[in-house]
Amino acid sequence: MLRLECPVCGLRDHDEFTYLEDGSITYPKLANENQDDWFNAVYLRENPRGRHIEKWHHTFGCRTVLLVERDTLTHVIGKIKPAHPKIAAALKQPATAKKRS
Amino acid sequence: MTGSRFASGGLIDRKKPITFQYDGMPVQGFAGDTIASALMASGHQIVGRSFKYHRPRGINSAGPEESGALFTVGDNANRTPNVKGTIAEIHDGLIVRSQNAFPNVRYDLGAVNSLIAPFLTAGFYYKTFVGPFSGTRFWMIFEYFIRKAAGLGVASRDADPATYDIAHHHCDILVVGAGPSGLWTAVQLAEAGQSVMLVEQDFACGGQLLSRNNARDAAFIAEMQSRLTRAGGQIMIRTTAFGLYDGLVTGLVERVTDHLSAPHESLPREIFHIVRPQQIVLASGALERGLAFGNNDRPGVMLAHAIARYAGRFGVSAGQSCIMATSHDGTYDDALQLAEAGMKICVLDARPCYTDAQEAAKRVGLDIMFETVPVQVAGGRGVAGLEVGMCDSDGLVHSDNRMIGADVIGMSGGYSPVVNLLSHRGVKPVWDADIQAFRSGPTTEAIHVVGSADGFYDNEACLASADVAVSHILRPRRRDAETEIFRGWQTPAMPLFEINIQGRSLKSFIDPQHDVTTADIRQAHSEGFVSVEHMKRYTTLGMATDQGRMGNILGLATMAEARNMPIAESGITTFRPPFTPVSIGVLAGRSSGSDWWPTRRTPMHDAHLATGAVMMDVGYWKRAWYYPQNGETMDEAYIREAAIVRQTVGMVDVSTLGKIAIQGPDATEFLNQIYINAFAKLPVGKARYGIMLRDDGHVMDDGTTWRLSDDEYFMTTTTAQAGPVMLFLEELLQTRMTNLEVHVSSVSDYWAGIAVAGPLARQVLTGALPALDWSNNAFPFMGVQSAELKLGGAVIPFRAARISFSGERAWEIYVPADFGNAVWVHLAEHVALAGGSPYGMESLGTLRIEKGHVTGAELDGRVTLEDAGFAKMASKTKPYIGSVLRKRSGLMDESRPRLVGIFPKEKNKSFGTGAILCEPGAVSGFGKGWVTAVTHSPALGHWIGLGFVSGGYEAWKGKTVMIADPVRGATIEGEIVSPHMFDPDGGRQNG
Repeated sequence: MLRLECPVCGLRDHDEFTYLEDGSITYPKLANENQDDWFNAVYLRENPRGRHIEKWHHTFGCRTVLLVERDTLTHVIGKIKPAHPKIAAALKQPATAKKRS
Repeated sequence: MTGSRFASGGLIDRKKPITFQYDGMPVQGFAGDTIASALMASGHQIVGRSFKYHRPRGINSAGPEESGALFTVGDNANRTPNVKGTIAEIHDGLIVRSQNAFPNVRYDLGAVNSLIAPFLTAGFYYKTFVGPFSGTRFWMIFEYFIRKAAGLGVASRDADPATYDIAHHHCDILVVGAGPSGLWTAVQLAEAGQSVMLVEQDFACGGQLLSRNNARDAAFIAEMQSRLTRAGGQIMIRTTAFGLYDGLVTGLVERVTDHLSAPHESLPREIFHIVRPQQIVLASGALERGLAFGNNDRPGVMLAHAIARYAGRFGVSAGQSCIMATSHDGTYDDALQLAEAGMKICVLDARPCYTDAQEAAKRVGLDIMFETVPVQVAGGRGVAGLEVGMCDSDGLVHSDNRMIGADVIGMSGGYSPVVNLLSHRGVKPVWDADIQAFRSGPTTEAIHVVGSADGFYDNEACLASADVAVSHILRPRRRDAETEIFRGWQTPAMPLFEINIQGRSLKSFIDPQHDVTTADIRQAHSEGFVSVEHMKRYTTLGMATDQGRMGNILGLATMAEARNMPIAESGITTFRPPFTPVSIGVLAGRSSGSDWWPTRRTPMHDAHLATGAVMMDVGYWKRAWYYPQNGETMDEAYIREAAIVRQTVGMVDVSTLGKIAIQGPDATEFLNQIYINAFAKLPVGKARYGIMLRDDGHVMDDGTTWRLSDDEYFMTTTTAQAGPVMLFLEELLQTRMTNLEVHVSSVSDYWAGIAVAGPLARQVLTGALPALDWSNNAFPFMGVQSAELKLGGAVIPFRAARISFSGERAWEIYVPADFGNAVWVHLAEHVALAGGSPYGMESLGTLRIEKGHVTGAELDGRVTLEDAGFAKMASKTKPYIGSVLRKRSGLMDESRPRLVGIFPKEKNKSFGTGAILCEPGAVSGFGKGWVTAVTHSPALGHWIGLGFVSGGYEAWKGKTVMIADPVRGATIEGEIVSPHMFDPDGGRQNG
């Protein structure tokens, strides 16, 4: 069983999470009407051997969408961070948060 | 071999005799006996039959490597096949049966298979597919007989009546195996303050020490156990670590009640423990391996140490006269122990006399024959004697047909560390020529291998290796210069696997359960299956229930020899979990029967039951299906309910719909991006029907969204898509739409929902919820209002929207879930006064099918806006999720199946959901479309359906369609109509 260190909740079993998709995909802007761009984003995936960025959702936890670095060969889990840049930035300042509490 | 009980000795409790049934015969043993030790003590010799040839099988080990003594234990539904008699404990009333034999193992008619053995060699299954007898017809004939003949035990076909449980654990250190190394490691770590779990598959701690049954070892075991317990460590016996997984998560199965005659009813049969340790110590020990020589599968041929273990631990003598054939020093302790116990012992040592152990044994008068090896066992149903041969220094054997008398033969070709658990982590075992065995390769994970599991065979070396692991765990940063601890025996084992004599063809078994011989391995080699993984599958070596513990190394060595390469190069097959068989029931734990998945009940569940509702499962939900009155059938009930809604008023529980609160300054913009239709201009106090697509342009879900204030919306989703829609919205907001300031939260369980529908709905609501003006002017179609209801002293807030799924004048009312039941009962009284009634899922279906409203049956994930008839709703002025890919040419194809209504030509005929729509004269293949929903429409007076058909209504106007139902038998004529079969202009809902 994979165990993921959720930046909000801590180390948890993977069955608390939902795998969403390849986390390295950049979707076109909504206003982009190019069908090929959307097709590539929706359907085309690399199948890397080794380091892979994945998008997971902490469904039975804080419901944060996470970018998880996983080695597809060894299952070793690397860095985990929230996908939302503002949530990631907020979590990087534990000192002030602690002071307040 | 005829076994018997020594007059004294053993770790059994002779004051507690136990009687159990073996093939209908009463057998006596003592507390502390296994099935195997009790049968051996009672003189039972043939206890099994092999898989293919039905050759007689005896007990050949004293542990989980057992390959002969397999039994079916228990009766009827509680029957468990293939139980290893060498592990299973006896208790009063235990029912044990031998297996794979007719009429019994002692006289098995299946033994005729050995006469056709030449046709049943390696790969014979595959060969039945080629050659003169190939083809399905022959295979079907062969298969019938092969399956019948080649069975092990038979599982019960009844549901398992046992209960199981799952437990979760966290600890610093998990120690697997409570032999001397495991005990010692666990005690050191626990006393240093680590939280330690020690698991042992046996019912007693001690491992190898249990075989000796001396006072010093017993004292050591007792001291270790009490120190570990005092230091807060946890000892779990009868618990097998069956698999090691990612993140060091370990699966254990604890056998809780199988050894008890009358277990307390609250106890589960087994518990699946999921452990998440920080570090793991593997002290899983080593398994002795046999030797390949002629007829080495005869009952009475056993692993050498097993004979000593039966004597020391169980006080059982395996026979009167014993030969111990070995290639290493380790057997001398066993031989001396047995000689001391009074057995007649003769040791055959393949080596010349040069080691201290050999000299010492000679000095005390042990009968030893050096440079001598076993060649062929005499005797059919047991051991009558042994032909021995001389072995020269090159390992060449020549026989002068010398026979030695014996009734039991012990064999030992060395010990193989149990590397299975690390193999589960992808660590390949590596061949260590010094100890003539595979050892675990290096791992980067926090797993430490100690004791004989890492090739340390001497007791002191085992404890020293444990000390090294303890030091690594407690002082990870300090790496003292380590003194090398010697692995193996002081004098290494002679590499001896198979005894071969030029010009003789011996039946030398390496997998006695599957009848795999060294000749099969050579055949696999000659036929090109030389990789060990291919060889395994071609010969089935190591695929029996012992998973190759008895003979894997012998097979690998035989293949290496055939390929003329060292074992290190030919390699080893991969061990996969589980280590020993695990019952499926324990993996499910409590998730069986009605607990197989969660049960969700709406707040009005009790009210439905009180009204006599018949409930149905909709996903996890229990929903009211129909409310039969006066013994109505389902058809009678739902047709009545649907008619009442159209005539007066009905009410339905819609609490299962997904409900999402959408809040924030950018909430409107967010809705505008996820829905195909415009939400930018939706005023406060209004609801709108919306459809959302997936990125690939297919319809994801539909529902209404209510604007409660400038920056707050209340979204409803379908019951089935509630979870996926919520997740998708969160994903969008956290990944692609991070510039939007919006918060979404699921409020599905917070609100109970009731739809009130019918011409008299306004009258009912005006009476029941007087806080609002329900008139058409004050509460127009798609209006949203909130107010309070004073009921029984409580003030209940509610929100309502005038929306209609049934096509009637209707409102959806939402109240906090805690008040759902009370408000339902309150409304039901008013509905009844107006001549109405509650209606269930079946009539809800009728009403929506009449109107052509879609649900999950139609929106199955493959449907486009055009297919479902929603294309006109899609905004042409704004982008939204799916707006680009939905326009792919294939999806815009006019001939795609489109949503239609379906009438039977003859109005008294019915048809079924799932039927295929075809052109007349072309009822074949996939047809031109399919039926998604069927109901009897009281409004129209006949059966109607919804479905998809190529080109839609326009293409089929005036044509006949065949509604074909080949599986259920009927094909009828029908016509395609607009999906809006009732009140197409919507006059009823708007008035």
